[in-house]
Amino acid sequence: MIYFDNVSKLYNDGRSAALEEITFQIAPKEFVSVVGHSGAGKTTLLKMIIAEDAPSHGQVFFESLDIHKIPRSRLPQYRRKIGTVFQDFKLLSNKTAFENIAFAMEANGRGDEEIQENVPQALALVDLEDKAWNFPGELSGGEKQRVAIARAIVNQPDIIIADEPTGNLDPIATYEVVQILKKINDLGTTVVMTTHNKGVIDELGRRVITMDEGRIVRDDESGRYVL
Amino acid sequence: MWTGFKRIVRAGFIGFWRNAYVSLASIFVMTIALFVIGATMMVDQLLTVSLQQLQEKVDINLYFVTSAQEEDIDALRTSLEALPNVLAVTYTTREQALEEFRAQYQNDEIMMQSLEELDDNPLRAKLAIQAVETDQYENIAQYIDEQIVQQSPQNPVIDNYNYLEKKESIDTLSSIIGVVEQASFTVMIVLVVAAVLITLNTIRLAIYTAREEISVMRLVGAGNTFIRGPFVLQGIMYGLVSGILALLIMYPILLWIGPGTEEFFQFNIFDYFVANFGYIFLVLVGIGVVLGIISSLFAIARYLRV
Repeated sequence: MIYFDNVSKLYNDGRSAALEEITFQIAPKEFVSVVGHSGAGKTTLLKMIIAEDAPSHGQVFFESLDIHKIPRSRLPQYRRKIGTVFQDFKLLSNKTAFENIAFAMEANGRGDEEIQENVPQALALVDLEDKAWNFPGELSGGEKQRVAIARAIVNQPDIIIADEPTGNLDPIATYEVVQILKKINDLGTTVVMTTHNKGVIDELGRRVITMDEGRIVRDDESGRYVL
Repeated sequence: MWTGFKRIVRAGFIGFWRNAYVSLASIFVMTIALFVIGATMMVDQLLTVSLQQLQEKVDINLYFVTSAQEEDIDALRTSLEALPNVLAVTYTTREQALEEFRAQYQNDEIMMQSLEELDDNPLRAKLAIQAVETDQYENIAQYIDEQIVQQSPQNPVIDNYNYLEKKESIDTLSSIIGVVEQASFTVMIVLVVAAVLITLNTIRLAIYTAREEISVMRLVGAGNTFIRGPFVLQGIMYGLVSGILALLIMYPILLWIGPGTEEFFQFNIFDYFVANFGYIFLVLVGIGVVLGIISSLFAIARYLRV
């Protein structure tokens, strides 16, 4: 589904590299965790997939589409195939949980009826039906991240990209968020997640890609957190 | 399509109200800018009118000998009126000239007495000639010179004319008109550029406060039109409100200085404002709206680059 073909990303006129000769692929319905120290290149890797960053060499494909050859005017359509979740949630503080999720559908040009139908479903999936009309300021960190996940899945994307989704959360909230991501994956959506959390990786028992200084150093089918 | 438009309009209005302080600042700056543009328009109008009036006062006075025959005068008058450079020719007969003289000096005993001493009317008939443009008096004077050369020395018609006396003041006036028009044009351009820059900066600030929202919009795959729409709409609203406010400020000020301009320029600027309100409204609100749209598009461009 996602193919990295000999991708390098260089900074400072080529003197330092964020990514070096990365080649790997992600199959549909996979749950892939990317681990590594800070600065290992995990976030750069994810930015390549959502076309926020372009490689210096090599190509990244989404199915048969070369991501970095998509014309700028078509990028929004491409990004609608991807749901994104971030460490800092990126919720709009002046909108309720419901409105935050509905906003993603409005931006995609979905109709009002569809919104009224799908947003409660997404909220149910993350178990937050009772907090629909609360503003982000009234939610805990775990709840905010669950709203963000609901927003990411509400447009039924092919793949979820989660950059340190549990980075700001306590252990219980972390567990809940990972369970939700697992559930989404079980329902057929590909998930790519970066994390620092050893417990999360060991508990998942899914594919783990370990990065160090811009290179892939391990790629285990049912990996454990080894650094 | 319709749903998208509806959402953009709603988001625009919400953005306008939620960021009330920023909206207020933008409107305030734009109102001042538009007021300055409006004021420049008014000053320009006053200058144009007073220059026109000055130009009308400039003319060539052509005097006939006292023995000149009516048909010779008529012939010359007709030939002058046929010239393309000539705007108007006013004929004053000897009798009219005498009456004007009497009216002018009615309180002057010595003048009246000396007039009584004479048996005949000493005043000459004259033609006052106005040119279309001030720089055309030279040609008219040349034409009159030719007529003077052609007339028979025994039986002259034209006595003299006073172009040379007025030439200097005409030249000065022509150059003043040119300089004033250039200066007011330059001032207008400078003010408009300043207004554009200030407004651009203020709206940039307004959009800067919304950058988080813009980044989330891009994240969830919103198209550029959907992101831009509400901000452009806000720009239009700033322009509309500012244009109307600028007009509302101008109204009492012009009402106040109207009588003053009437006295000084023989032209009431308030009457002009009222009579041309539609035009002034369209210009100010139009400039405001265009300014708002351009500023919004410029300001948001940097957030849509990636």
